[in-house]
Amino acid sequence: MIPVLKAIAPGFHSTVQDQGRRGFQHVGVPVSGALDRNGYLLANALVGNTPGAACLEIIGSGPEFEVIGTSVRIALIGSGGGLEIGGRDGPFVPSGQSTRLTKSDILRVRLGGDAFCSYLAIEAGFDVPLCLGSRSTYTCAAFGGFAGRPLRSGDVLHGFADDVPTRDEVTFGEPRSLGLDQAIRVVLGPQDDDFTAAAIEEFLHGSYTITPASDRMGFRLAGPPLAHKSDYNIVSDGIVAGSIQVPGSKLPIVLMADAQTTGGYPKIATVISADLPVLAVRGGGRSVRFQSVSREDAETIRWAEHQQLLKIISGLRPVSESQGIRIEALYNQNLIDGVIDANA
Amino acid sequence: MDDFRILTAADSALVIELGAAIDRKISDRVLALAETLTRAGLPGATEIVATFRSLCVNYDSLTATGAELERAIAALVKGAGAASQIRRLWDIAVCYDPHYAPDIEEVANTVGLTAAEVAALHAGTQYHVYMIGFVPGYPYMGDLPAQLRLPRRLDPRTRVPPGSLAIATSMTAVYPYESPGGWHLIGTSPIRFFDPESTSGALLRPGDAVKFRPVTASEFSRIRLAVERNDYVPESTEFAA
Repeated sequence: MIPVLKAIAPGFHSTVQDQGRRGFQHVGVPVSGALDRNGYLLANALVGNTPGAACLEIIGSGPEFEVIGTSVRIALIGSGGGLEIGGRDGPFVPSGQSTRLTKSDILRVRLGGDAFCSYLAIEAGFDVPLCLGSRSTYTCAAFGGFAGRPLRSGDVLHGFADDVPTRDEVTFGEPRSLGLDQAIRVVLGPQDDDFTAAAIEEFLHGSYTITPASDRMGFRLAGPPLAHKSDYNIVSDGIVAGSIQVPGSKLPIVLMADAQTTGGYPKIATVISADLPVLAVRGGGRSVRFQSVSREDAETIRWAEHQQLLKIISGLRPVSESQGIRIEALYNQNLIDGVIDANA
Repeated sequence: MDDFRILTAADSALVIELGAAIDRKISDRVLALAETLTRAGLPGATEIVATFRSLCVNYDSLTATGAELERAIAALVKGAGAASQIRRLWDIAVCYDPHYAPDIEEVANTVGLTAAEVAALHAGTQYHVYMIGFVPGYPYMGDLPAQLRLPRRLDPRTRVPPGSLAIATSMTAVYPYESPGGWHLIGTSPIRFFDPESTSGALLRPGDAVKFRPVTASEFSRIRLAVERNDYVPESTEFAA
């Protein structure tokens, strides 16, 4: 266990996540893992990790750390935002770019505000004990990740490397598109038969808003109510990330990474796997439209999305080592703060 | 077996539906099919989750297509015999004393029995683990004796203590974690039903059988201490299903 980062401030909800906990759903254990699979993979790619390394998933507000290892390579994937090094006057490393920090550096994660969840990766990954085969945090039952909970001030995060060699830091060619206006594609079912034809119409043509009561378990939507043909209870059935269940309130809930494994409400549709990350980065207040596709379409889209992701990763290119004040950095900071500091 | 449907959960899972009810025959078919599919090692399938009346076969759409899996599963469903499975019958200590059973008097009054009779009826039945869900390790067990079947409470509790033994409808369960809950609490078990530090996580698996053994308050405390020291495993015997 190599101490790497010490939390000066924990951020609103920062949890250690990996690709999820597979193989225990039959005993009621949710998959968990990064809500935005792509953000997680891209953050790992920036610091040279293979898929599977544990990252920090950041929701709501960014944490602040002191580097306590000899050196650490680190990168943020968010939307806008980035890493402020050593306070407001220090260098600013935008989201989507790696950097190497050394002992006693102070690192503040600034979120851009557009993405619901952001990912902070370090080279070689965060070292927390494997729990049922995964490093993902499942806060509801308080296991996995860092002590089964979000970070708190004073927590010390461990890694697998005390020192990382200098190398060209890397960045992606273009900023990542979050697809905030894109329709979320679904395959109807498994229980679309439990809904009236009018409800299916409403669901596919209405506009929904993600409510603030949304979290890693599920995104609760406000919008046109969806009427069941008769009862809204079914005998419990399996759930996947993306299942859209409709309880007695008639308002849909999209189940996400921490969702329970079984449920007794009919599921009108299921978000296709390629669009789970697209939905995950939209937080409370954002709108969602749904579009119906076939399962075959869903599989084709997923394949294309995966190729696109591999292309983005293969397009990583070196950035200048000069981390002084740059136009791009100032532009980013002004976007975040919404003010221009005339003295900067 | 022709009476099944394969439903779609986008490109994440196939749902093999064998019925729409909580029914021991359906459950036996579900669990036998889960065993058959697991042994077959379906390419691309990542996890098979058994529920009361269906199987959720998770798959990775980058390595398999739903159509391929559907064909493979349909062939196996039709050919599935009664795969022999090794299950366990568990002996689970429970204290039914009123101090550990906040609702047992109310349940007794409602069904016209004494609290002692409720405990005796509950402990006198062997239960089948239909499925595990709701929270990690939460076993849905049945069937309750007809006299003990009640609807859920009108006022669900926001916090049910871990270890609580609960009943509602035809089911009984033990809450492995503190959680909200709408079932009637008629006892407490000192046993740990879920341990994330263990290799398998949950004590019980779908298809296991459970008998509850009434213990005194002092026996309860002794077992709980032993459980906390990781020095107690409930007794179980294997049986073939």
